[in-house]
Amino acid sequence: MTPAISVAGLTRHYRDQVALDHVSLELEAGSITGLLGRNGAGKTTLLRILAGQEFPSTGDVRVLGAPPAENDQVLRRMVFVREDQAYPDFKVGHALRAASWFYPNWDRELAGTLAEDFNLRPKKSIKKLSRGLRSALGITIGLAARAEVTLFDEPYAGLDAVARQIFYDRLLADYAEFPRTILLSTHLIDEAAALFESVVVIDQGRVVLEAAADGLRGVATTVSGPVLAVDEFTTGRAVWNRRRLGSQASVVMVGPLVEADRAEAQSLGLDLVPLTLQQLVVHAAGWPGAAGPGASAPANPEGVRA
Amino acid sequence: MPEMAGLDEGTPLFTQIADRLAAEIADGGLAEGERVPSTNELAAFYRINPATAAKGINLLADDGLLEKRRGIGMFVAGGARQRLLGQRREQFTERYLRPLLTEATRLGIDAGELIELISDFARQQAGDTTASPARGGVPV
Repeated sequence: MTPAISVAGLTRHYRDQVALDHVSLELEAGSITGLLGRNGAGKTTLLRILAGQEFPSTGDVRVLGAPPAENDQVLRRMVFVREDQAYPDFKVGHALRAASWFYPNWDRELAGTLAEDFNLRPKKSIKKLSRGLRSALGITIGLAARAEVTLFDEPYAGLDAVARQIFYDRLLADYAEFPRTILLSTHLIDEAAALFESVVVIDQGRVVLEAAADGLRGVATTVSGPVLAVDEFTTGRAVWNRRRLGSQASVVMVGPLVEADRAEAQSLGLDLVPLTLQQLVVHAAGWPGAAGPGASAPANPEGVRA
Repeated sequence: MPEMAGLDEGTPLFTQIADRLAAEIADGGLAEGERVPSTNELAAFYRINPATAAKGINLLADDGLLEKRRGIGMFVAGGARQRLLGQRREQFTERYLRPLLTEATRLGIDAGELIELISDFARQQAGDTTASPARGGVPV
């Protein structure tokens, strides 16, 4: 099967600054992928190139089998919702109608439901919307377009927790009924983690981790307790990070644990707390206090396509 | 944090889904021959990716605890409850006795004393339930 998105050796630089550095990536059709990484890591550049809004310096980009830039055939089957999307000076209702003309799979009913959920009034001028409501409009268009390839770049600036939950719930419900390829960049990793089938972590323009999201859970564990016991338990195992306070130590240990490990930890009086996806990304993407996967090759956690 | 109907963050969600369905079958909440929730129902309830929910269901199906009926969905297989209860019995020692003994040893409680504690406690529990049948009532 042709992947919905396929990128090979993609590099983009602005003068002497490298935004993307030999990125290669393939996303299957019918999956939700989280695009994660720090500010300035290159997430937006990648999404803009996928959306045909920017050209790569070098490399090959294919969306639905063809280069997206200036390709109407591809662009109509794809929607891109960006952070702080700008709109022309018209009303909410106009924006929704314009979108309905552009996107062949547009679902009017879904757009109406979402607008109601978010309290978006059609008569309201977009200029006068709050930041959160402008994000809600972007999300409404992004979901109701039901495009085969749906790109969201931090789509929820200014949205409150309730509205974000509405977004997640509606996204899952509509995706379950109409599977498509969704790529969502976000900083709210723990919040969105359960939506993802796979995650791609970018750091300094490079892909540092590409893995099945569920396979990453429980891949690393924080072991804490008395220094001697922690040392005994972690000897000979891959460790990312070690901290110590007096007689207590806390170590991030890589690799899945088996029942016997848990029993051993318990008899040593150690606490084991699995890392969440968000904590894992902090370790993977350039936190100076942690040796990243590139450095210590943690793991090929199960499901990682290195 | 998202609200995932009680799932936790640190272990693969698909195994948690499988564990929960298995527990429901073992407790009789899902009877043999009954339809189990669909992938999409599970995804919506737990707020997780449908592929993750499907993986959880498939884990039980591969184990023969669920069976697929074409076009209708997944159903609890015959004998599933007995098998799950058997597995739980096998795990009882590792899951409950070992930690109990570990902590007892730490506190200097020997096996004899522990057995005594357990039977005392069991008696007390039995007494409690007969004395106050209105469990879950208004606390005084």
